[in-house]
Amino acid sequence: MTIAGLYNYWIVILLMMTGFYVVISSGNLVKKIIGLNLFQASVFILYISIGKIANGHVPILQDGVSHYSNPLPHVLILTAIVVGVSTTALGLALVVRIRESYGSVEEEEIHRQDESL
Amino acid sequence: MLIEAVNIVLLALLAATAIAAVRLHDLFAVAMMFGIYSLLAAVMFVLLDALDVAFTEAAVGVGISTVLMLATIGLVGRHELPSTHRSLLPLAVVVATGAALIYGTLDMPFFGDPGAPVHQHVAPYYISQSPHQTGLPNVVTSVLASYRGYDTLGELAVIFTAGVGVLALLGLRRRKRPGKHRTAQ
Repeated sequence: MTIAGLYNYWIVILLMMTGFYVVISSGNLVKKIIGLNLFQASVFILYISIGKIANGHVPILQDGVSHYSNPLPHVLILTAIVVGVSTTALGLALVVRIRESYGSVEEEEIHRQDESL
Repeated sequence: MLIEAVNIVLLALLAATAIAAVRLHDLFAVAMMFGIYSLLAAVMFVLLDALDVAFTEAAVGVGISTVLMLATIGLVGRHELPSTHRSLLPLAVVVATGAALIYGTLDMPFFGDPGAPVHQHVAPYYISQSPHQTGLPNVVTSVLASYRGYDTLGELAVIFTAGVGVLALLGLRRRKRPGKHRTAQ
């Protein structure tokens, strides 16, 4: 019964960890940021899954419906999506500046140049 | 039953897309995989009764984020160099974190359980009072713009700060090449 009730969360955790793996294993800064976005989108799915009620309806009130899914996680995640795209934009702008200064977006190359200074 | 089947197919597609993004080294392809991933996530949100989140994710996640990534790839180059160091340590960290998180879910209420603690507080109040207090049938809108309007104002502050940051990094700076500038003087 545990597997039937929780497998949804487990697959979402697998997705989160895939994004996390890209962040810590990849040496390319652009790919790191894409990994961070994958991680983030998976966290959104986790939150929205928690708000779901079996046989619930979209939280737009209408006659003849009594069970609505929880609107609160939806509001939180709407805010998080917009904040997420702002941080992505800022991170990518930093990557462009790093590329202009170092001529590379590979972590190892940037470390090598810093040590040879 | 149909909804469960769609749910499983979507989760499998999400996992396949994410793993493809890990394995690819062409950044253009990785950005496209991220776009597909966001679109699948938006479909997942429709299935989970979160329509407002679904169209925001479809517009912002699939649209704006992917365009920003493609613009950056256009400026910095599209090929990732193969990593020279071993990838065992990151894998170990990820497996340990994932195992800890899965251990954490064992205490969670089951997926879709209407008796879960998260559904007992505030949310029923918003659902029952929203039409009388704000006059809006869409509870997500009334919570976002009315009950928690200050949170949305804070969100605007974050977007403004990020916009100023991006402009400071890329826009306001005078474009000059260090060598040529000196010879011009």
